[in-house]
Amino acid sequence: MDWALPPNYSTFGVQIDQLFWIIFVITGIAFVLVEAGLILFIVKYRSRTGHKAYYTHGSNKLEIIWTVVPALVFVVLGVYSAGLWADIKNPSNMPEGAIEFEVRAKQFEWNIVYPGPDEILGTGDDFEVLNQFHFPAGEPVIVYLEAEDVIHSFFIPELRVKQDAVPGMRIPVWFDATQTGEFEIACAELCGLGHYRMEAAVTVHERADFDAWQASRALAQ
Amino acid sequence: MATIVAEAPGQATGHAEHEQSFLRKYIFSSDHKIIAIQFLFLTLFFLAVGGLLAMMMRYQIAWPDQPIPGGGILPESMVASGYILPEFYNALVTMHGSIMVFLAIMPMLVGVYANYLIPLQLGTHDMAFPRLNMYSFWLMVPAGIITLASFWVIGGAAGAGWTLYAPLSARPDLTGVELGQVMWLVALIFIGLSSILGSVNYITTTINMRAPGMTWFRMPLTIWALFITAILALLAMPVLSAAGIMLLFDQTLGTSFFLPEGGGQPLLWQHLFWFFGHPEVYILILPAMGFVSEILATGSRKPVFGYKAMVWAIVAIAFLGFIVWGHHMFMSGMNPTLGLSFTVSTLLIAVPSAIKTFNWMGTMWRGNLKLHTPMLFAISFVALFAIGGLSGVFMAATPVDIYIHDTYFIVAHLHYVLFGGSLFALFGAIYYWFPKMFGRMMSEKWGKVHFWTTFVLYNLVFFPMHGLGMVGMMRRIYDSTGYAHLEGIQDTNQLITVAAFGLYLTGFIFAFNFFWSIFKGKKASRNPWDATTLEWQTPSPPKHGNWDEVPVVYHGPHEYSHPDVLDKDWLAQNERPDVVSPAGGSH
Repeated sequence: MDWALPPNYSTFGVQIDQLFWIIFVITGIAFVLVEAGLILFIVKYRSRTGHKAYYTHGSNKLEIIWTVVPALVFVVLGVYSAGLWADIKNPSNMPEGAIEFEVRAKQFEWNIVYPGPDEILGTGDDFEVLNQFHFPAGEPVIVYLEAEDVIHSFFIPELRVKQDAVPGMRIPVWFDATQTGEFEIACAELCGLGHYRMEAAVTVHERADFDAWQASRALAQ
Repeated sequence: MATIVAEAPGQATGHAEHEQSFLRKYIFSSDHKIIAIQFLFLTLFFLAVGGLLAMMMRYQIAWPDQPIPGGGILPESMVASGYILPEFYNALVTMHGSIMVFLAIMPMLVGVYANYLIPLQLGTHDMAFPRLNMYSFWLMVPAGIITLASFWVIGGAAGAGWTLYAPLSARPDLTGVELGQVMWLVALIFIGLSSILGSVNYITTTINMRAPGMTWFRMPLTIWALFITAILALLAMPVLSAAGIMLLFDQTLGTSFFLPEGGGQPLLWQHLFWFFGHPEVYILILPAMGFVSEILATGSRKPVFGYKAMVWAIVAIAFLGFIVWGHHMFMSGMNPTLGLSFTVSTLLIAVPSAIKTFNWMGTMWRGNLKLHTPMLFAISFVALFAIGGLSGVFMAATPVDIYIHDTYFIVAHLHYVLFGGSLFALFGAIYYWFPKMFGRMMSEKWGKVHFWTTFVLYNLVFFPMHGLGMVGMMRRIYDSTGYAHLEGIQDTNQLITVAAFGLYLTGFIFAFNFFWSIFKGKKASRNPWDATTLEWQTPSPPKHGNWDEVPVVYHGPHEYSHPDVLDKDWLAQNERPDVVSPAGGSH
């Protein structure tokens, strides 16, 4: 196994991966300091006969340092996270002019509703395909997530997308694939005995190929 | 501060020696020490059961295409022609988590050690309500029986995860589990009641029954941790019980609290569950932190570094613990703007955890470290809890959580906190307080063998799970081999499984040492660790009623290596420094 995130195909995925590695470095430093400190202390202060421990009840100066320093690091992380989070998840930040799909999850399948050649959901040329999600690369996509029975979670690792689908709710999710490719939708929330096999194929096309694919499917309906 | 030590109501003969029937003395006992030992046996049993369920899960994950050895002894509804069925796998996932949290770790931290230590470390004869205490143990027994029985009913045990997310948990038609889910909720209601009764007792005892001179800031950190934990449990458990009853109604009476088709809200369950669930996380770690502070001070022969900062950190964690629940729900469909406020509170709660970690290191700094088994477990608690705390930062950063939520990264994180943290501290606590409980020492040699094998295998099991999470392996999946993005992880999964089997076997080293030492261990003195807190100033084991004469407390809890005390490196809480050494000051 490679200790790596899978290749990223998503616009905001670049920033998510960056933040992951920034946190990796910060926590890595803290990790090394703590573990090295513990090992050092075990070696250096191991009990010796005749030795008496240094008597102290603490140090206010140190308490302030190790309260303020982590707090500052966390504030910076929090502010940076909040901005990126709002860009990705806030409904008011959904990109305009995106192509829209509806995804209906149910035990144990993903039903994809396509807008058809007119690219508008809820019109006569809409059609449904089970467990096959095709969309164009290089432009924003919005998926309206619904669930028919229990909670499922829409997870495409390479696009850095995850969102629970909840019965009774219609939740918008957007992403923008940077390249064409073939991936899978996995279900990330325990949804019953077939949870482990609730997967669907994802195909990201060039725009022209997608139009052709959608036209052929629309005709076939 | 004047603290009146009254004899416990209903226990007027508390410290008088008198004959009790076997039944009253060992079975339906109201002696806090016996109840603690009863809890210890019960929870060790469930630790073994919970672990066994994990072994079956690990086998399935590593070798999904091979029949499980010995699977034939299980009924067809669990293992069909040698293969674990997906519905049984879901029951394993659910019941492993449920049993470990509610029947093993939580009652071991609180039921065993709050019961055992609060009266002894505070210098009183028993709990404020001894009979209530007895009920709190005996409510756990039916809960345990119902839980185990649920595996054998039609449809099997509960299979909707320990978090019981509705609608999955509420609609038997979607899981095939009907009675099992109901039984688990009934067991949970028993457990909730037991925990509430226990908490009332711990809080009352701590507030009212401290020995003369035992002011709030002279209490051992264990007591602080257990006291604050009891407040958390008292405020959080009723929420779970109420939510559990609502869910039970949805399952059986046709209500729709959590079902959208009848106007209910699936997310309401998650809010209620995690409003309990996050304080629960701290219920599962604060007592462990208390034990570790105590053991580190004793083992380092130094006072706890920053005692007051440690107390305020516990209080801060407890308060903030009630406003972070939404960080379990970043991907749930909850309003994303709300996510922001939970990110802030979550990052805030990391600060007191950091403070505690640095103070533990400060306690060891320039100490005179005795590396006995309890100390080894306590030091590794700090080492492993640090990893669990740091991996939590990834999840608190919501954009990163989008990717790692519901993956093995979370499984790694929670086991670093709950196993590397809570359970390592518990092993330390068992070795440390065993001589007081049973009057004999556990074997140091086998204790060290247990420690090193556990430490190495533990890390082999759980550290690689961070990598599985990075690759994108989802939690709770029966078989990961069907996914393109999960190709190439099977070797790692098999390594983890082999190490997990080894880790389970180390439990037998512990069990052997534990039971052998009860009967054959070296006789323990009153104070085998040269410790300062009050429980070590009584005989091992203390008799019914603990003290002939209630001790008087003169100073703080961890006076090790005081410069004015010349002939030894510790000063018990009930020893006057000017008597031990005329020039002595008090702290």
